[in-house]
Amino acid sequence: MKPQNLIHLAGIHKTYGEGDAAFEALRGVDLDINKGEFVAIMGPSGSGKSTLMNLLGCLDRPSAGSYRYEGIKVETLDKIQRALLRRYALGFIFQGFNLLARTSAVENVELPLLYRGIPRRKRRQLAREALDTVGLADKERNTPGELSGGQQQRVAIARAMVTHPSTLFADEPTGNLDSKTTEEIMQTLTRLNQEQGITILMVTHEEDVACFASRQIHVLDGLISHDHPNR
Amino acid sequence: MFDMFSNAFSIVLKEIRRNLTRAFLTVLGIIIGVSSVITMVTLGDGTTEAVKSQISSLGSNLLMVQPGAGFGPRSRSAGVPNFTESDVDALLAQVPGIAAAAPVSDTTTSAIYRDNARKGRVTGTKPEWFQINNWTLAEGRLFTEEDLTKGSAVCLIGQTVIDDLFGDEDPIGKKIRVGKASLEVIGTLEEKGQVGMGDQDDTLVVPLTTLRRRLLGQTSAHDIGMISISAEEETDSDWIIENIETLLRERRNLQDNQENDFSVMDTRQIAETLSASTQIMTTLLATVSGVSLLVGGIGIMNIMLVSVTERTREIGIRLAIGATAREVLLQFLVEAITLSSVGGAIGILLAAGLCALLAPIIQVAFHFNTQINLIAFIFSAMVGVVFGFAPARRAASLDPIDALRHE
Repeated sequence: MKPQNLIHLAGIHKTYGEGDAAFEALRGVDLDINKGEFVAIMGPSGSGKSTLMNLLGCLDRPSAGSYRYEGIKVETLDKIQRALLRRYALGFIFQGFNLLARTSAVENVELPLLYRGIPRRKRRQLAREALDTVGLADKERNTPGELSGGQQQRVAIARAMVTHPSTLFADEPTGNLDSKTTEEIMQTLTRLNQEQGITILMVTHEEDVACFASRQIHVLDGLISHDHPNR
Repeated sequence: MFDMFSNAFSIVLKEIRRNLTRAFLTVLGIIIGVSSVITMVTLGDGTTEAVKSQISSLGSNLLMVQPGAGFGPRSRSAGVPNFTESDVDALLAQVPGIAAAAPVSDTTTSAIYRDNARKGRVTGTKPEWFQINNWTLAEGRLFTEEDLTKGSAVCLIGQTVIDDLFGDEDPIGKKIRVGKASLEVIGTLEEKGQVGMGDQDDTLVVPLTTLRRRLLGQTSAHDIGMISISAEEETDSDWIIENIETLLRERRNLQDNQENDFSVMDTRQIAETLSASTQIMTTLLATVSGVSLLVGGIGIMNIMLVSVTERTREIGIRLAIGATAREVLLQFLVEAITLSSVGGAIGILLAAGLCALLAPIIQVAFHFNTQINLIAFIFSAMVGVVFGFAPARRAASLDPIDALRHE
C-alpha cells in the first residue's frame, strides 16, 4: 500500500438478503483512491455504484473485504467510531438534498458543526462563510421550501464542506436539476476540489457530469469494469 | 458530558420551535390528563372534607328518634303513631346517659314579611333543642322556658329564611306572619350550610306551645314527630340506643314478635351513611380521571410514534453528518422530558386554577394535594419519556443509509 493512498479497498463484497433471495450488489471490488482526486463513479442503475459509495462513506457496512481509510481498518470500527469518522473526515451530498425541513439554510449548514462542539458564534460565522462560498449569502434565513432545487443542493454542499472534510461523497448531486444548474453545481464542486484540495467521490450516470471529474470508474454488475483518468 | 447535554438542549429548542403543532399536540395530551386527574381528585377530597365537617356541625353526640322503621327516604312511617311529650319525659327520667332531650313537632306553612313570602317548615320545640343540635345564636336571644309556658308569639330564623324574607335588612324585632300568627323575630341563628340531608339554615323555630296554639290551632297528645337527644360525653351510644328502644317498645305496647315501629339513629350512623356515598363518588371520579390520564398517555404515545416515523429521515441525516446514535437518542430523550415537564407543569397550574374556580361553586374547600400532583406529573413524564424514547431508540440503531431511505 502506497503511503499517499487515502482509500484502499480489497475484495469488498456486499450482499443484501439471505439464502435464495440473497442479492450480491458488490462482488469483490478492489480500489485505490489518492488524496485530492475527483473521482466519478459511473454505471447503469443496479450496477452497485451507490452501494459502493455508501460503503466508502461509512453509511453502510460491507459483508466481506477490507476497507482502509487513511490506513484505518474501517471494518473493525464500531458504530460510534464510524460516526466519529463521518463527523471529522467525511462530507455528504445526496441526490434528494436531505436538508432538515422548516430549518433555515444557515442552521442546516451549522448542523455538522454542532456535533463537533463548536461554539455558537463560531458556528454561525463558519456557516455564513460556507454559504458565501456557494453563492447563497443572501439566502441564509430561507428554509429549504423557499429555495429552488439548485439552491437547496448548494446549501447541502455548504453543509458538507463547512467542516473542511478530507473527502466529499456526492450521490448523483445533479440528479434532480436542470442542465444550467447542473453546470453551476459541478463548477462549485470542481472549485472545492482544486482550491481546497478536498477529495471528491461522485456517483453519476450522466457522461457530461462525469466529465468534470479527473478520473472515471465504471461499475457493472458489482465489479469495476473500467478505471481511467479523464481526458 | 455537559457539552453533550447543552448541545442536545439547543437542538431540542430548535426542533420544538420548528414543529410547534406537533409539540403543542403532545403537550396538550399531557395537560388534559394531568389537569383532569388532579382536579377530580382534589375536588373529590374537598367534598369528603366538607361532608365530614358538616356532620360534625350536627353535634357529636346527637341521637334522633323518629316514628317508622328505618331512616331517611326508605322510612315507613305511614300509619305509625307519633310520640308524646310524656315519652320525652320518660326518656329523660328513665334512660341513664341522656344529657338532654327535646321534642320536635313541625308543620309546613307560609311566612310573610312585607312583600316577601316563602313557604317552608316551622319547627316547634323546647329551649334545649338549640344546644342539642349545636346551634349558635348569631344575634338577639333564644326563647326561654317562660316563652314556652306562655306560648309567646316569638320565633328564631336561620340564614336562608333571613335571605328570603329580609335580604339585607336587620330582622331582629320585626314581626313576620307565619301561617295565621304574627310572630316577632327575637333571634337569628349562625349559618351551618348544607348537610347531605338538606339546607340546615332553612329553619324557622318557635316554642312548641306557640306552634300548637297559634299555628296548628288544635292539639293532639301524639304530635311529636321527632325527639332530639344529646348523650352524655363518654357514654356508649349503642347502649343508650338499646335502652331507648326498650323503653319506647314498652310505652308503645309492642309485642315481642313485633318489629320496632320507630327508629333511633346517632350521628355516627348518619356519618357512615353519608361518607359511604361520598366515597362511591370519589372512587367514580378517580376512575374517570384515571381513564382520562390513560387517554392522554395514549395520545402522547401516538404522536411520538408518528413523529418518530416522520423523523427517521431526520435521524438518518443527523447520523450521516456525524452524530452518534447516543447523541440522537439524547436529543429525543431531552425533547420528551422537556415536553412532558412543560405539559405537566401547565397541567398542574390549570388544575389549580380549575380547582380554585370550581371549589366555591360546588361549595368545598380547596386543599392542594401534593401527592396527586406528584403522581400525575411523574406518570405523564414517564409516558412521554417511554414513548418518546423507545421508537427513537429503534431508529437510531439503524445504519444511517437505512434511516435515510426510510419512507
